[in-house]
Amino acid sequence: MSDRVLSPWHSAWRHLRDRPAAGPIPPVDEAGIRDLAARLDAAGIRRLGRGLALHALDPGSCGGCELELRAIRDVAYDLARFGLRFVDSPRQADVLLVTGPVTRTLQPALQRAWEAAPDPRFVVAIGDCAIDGGVFKGSYAVAGGVDTTLPVDLVIRGCPPTPGEVLEGLLMLLEANAARPG
Amino acid sequence: MSLAAAIRATPGIPCRPWLRHVLSPEQWRALGAEPNLALLAMWGDSHAVHALLREPAGMLAVTVTVADGRYPALSPWRPGARLFERAIHDLWGHAATDATDERPWLDHGRWDVTAPLAARPPSRIGAAPPVTFLAADETLDQVPIGPFAGGIAEAGQFRLFTRGPEIVQMESRLGYLHKGIPALMRGKSPRAASRFAARLAGDASVAHSIAFARAAEAACDTPPPPRALALRAVMAELERIASHLADIDALAQAGGAPLAGTPCQRHREAILRAAQRGFSHRLMMDSVVPGGIATDLAADGEDALRIAIAALGHELPAIARLCEVLARRLDGVAVATPIAAAALATGGPAGRASGADSDLRRSPGYRPYQDLNVSPVREQAGDAAARLLVLLAELRDSARMVRTLLAELPDGEIIAALPQASGEGFGWAEGPRGDIWTWLRLDGGQIANVFLRDPGWLTLPLLEAAMAGTDLSDWAAGRASFGLSHAGMDL
Repeated sequence: MSDRVLSPWHSAWRHLRDRPAAGPIPPVDEAGIRDLAARLDAAGIRRLGRGLALHALDPGSCGGCELELRAIRDVAYDLARFGLRFVDSPRQADVLLVTGPVTRTLQPALQRAWEAAPDPRFVVAIGDCAIDGGVFKGSYAVAGGVDTTLPVDLVIRGCPPTPGEVLEGLLMLLEANAARPG
Repeated sequence: MSLAAAIRATPGIPCRPWLRHVLSPEQWRALGAEPNLALLAMWGDSHAVHALLREPAGMLAVTVTVADGRYPALSPWRPGARLFERAIHDLWGHAATDATDERPWLDHGRWDVTAPLAARPPSRIGAAPPVTFLAADETLDQVPIGPFAGGIAEAGQFRLFTRGPEIVQMESRLGYLHKGIPALMRGKSPRAASRFAARLAGDASVAHSIAFARAAEAACDTPPPPRALALRAVMAELERIASHLADIDALAQAGGAPLAGTPCQRHREAILRAAQRGFSHRLMMDSVVPGGIATDLAADGEDALRIAIAALGHELPAIARLCEVLARRLDGVAVATPIAAAALATGGPAGRASGADSDLRRSPGYRPYQDLNVSPVREQAGDAAARLLVLLAELRDSARMVRTLLAELPDGEIIAALPQASGEGFGWAEGPRGDIWTWLRLDGGQIANVFLRDPGWLTLPLLEAAMAGTDLSDWAAGRASFGLSHAGMDL
């Protein structure tokens, strides 16, 4: 291995030149988009704009799903190229990304965060724990999956789901939203 | 002869690799007042409270019996005991006499039971006390943060007491993420329960799995095969590299030098993809199991890991140079003095940046690290810049260790069957954020009681101490420099 030390500027320039990090866009399941669009219509959710503001909420996660959410935000997956961005307040959010089982202690805070998000709002349950409590279901301290507290529009399975799987789910949401009469 | 040595000379209950000594309340209190004894963990049992202590000569596991629901507090002498005593009260119902803080910690009054790990958990009667913060001075302003604080962050509540732009005091309230993991592990075989150890803290999944597996192996007196030990170390160092890269990135974002974070993000992703090829899971969850490892390293995974590590090693000098700008911005931010770190016995990068000589990989007889010459990395300044330098130095060392381990992988079995034994054991591992300890008791091959001690228990009090005197605008960077996992502490 070479011992040559790259200058920081050379290194930074290389990142700009090569754009090596952001991977290919994952394929999105067409039938899944139609199904999701139909469900959004049936739920009477009005169509949102082409870009979506995402707000992450952790009502009980182990932190594994958060690692992968950070990965989709970062250079390797570069969420911003799809018009998706993270916001710091539920008041600015179109989509709530909820990770982890819902602990009894955080159930009221999760409910309040959802109420603070303006209508229309999507709720995406990310990871096996968010779907039904995962390995933690049945505990005295866990209420269960996100659907014990909020209406869930989309689930993304995995423990944790890979960044590719999370991105695929979010793109499906974007497409389903765009495919509907607005 | 010191008190600890005198206690160690008495007969005790086998708790491999040591003995656990049952003390009288007077001896327990005397231990608390003994200097040179570091308190690493305290946890409950049906009718007792256990503590794990370290002195220069070795480890000491002790127990005091609970009488009329009470036991003598250690917090008047050991500031690190405070959070443990609050948690023991919430989970086992044992109250510490003369404790410095009797407020609840994990129990926010939302469970149907109180003291869920007690022999007979009582139902909850009446409402729990509200969350309270202790202001040192009523004239201070208060900045409330959390439990959901924006960003992609774990839930937790913080209260900053400020005067003008200066943080005078910081207080935390965690426990929001408590999922009842010790209760869920009870009655299960070590193999079934290891899924919970892997999901205590997602960013230290491998390290917690190793500490848990080693405790179960100690209790059963069954060592894992050499190939499993070597591959566990590969996974642990990969996890450390990924975590340190993420922590440097978070520090770069919070410290206003995001350029330093970008290559970290890219290499972290490359390491995780290589881990996926090698161990079939990006975070290597459930790869470490009691008795060994679940699946062997994939043939093409070994090359993927070598390539990812070589690429990182090649760019580390450039990352270090980008971090020079960041380090200057973090100079003097959130200073944790060596005295505070020693009083709390905080380990990990946070402790080592404040002069602590603590790295469990250098503990005697810890294979395969005993042959790897782990570099003792230490700084004395205790500020965010010192913590950054420790992370950078450890990245280099971990990359070197992965290269060495992969070059010298022993052949053979990857798992040994654990007998359906009864017994007690301790296990430990050096996680990315510090020393992890697991204690468990098996009864006929099933877990009767267990405690998983995340490094956060001793890092959070040091973070609180370091925040006193810090500028409010440095709060985010100061906090990021400690790299705390709330889930790991919340159980």
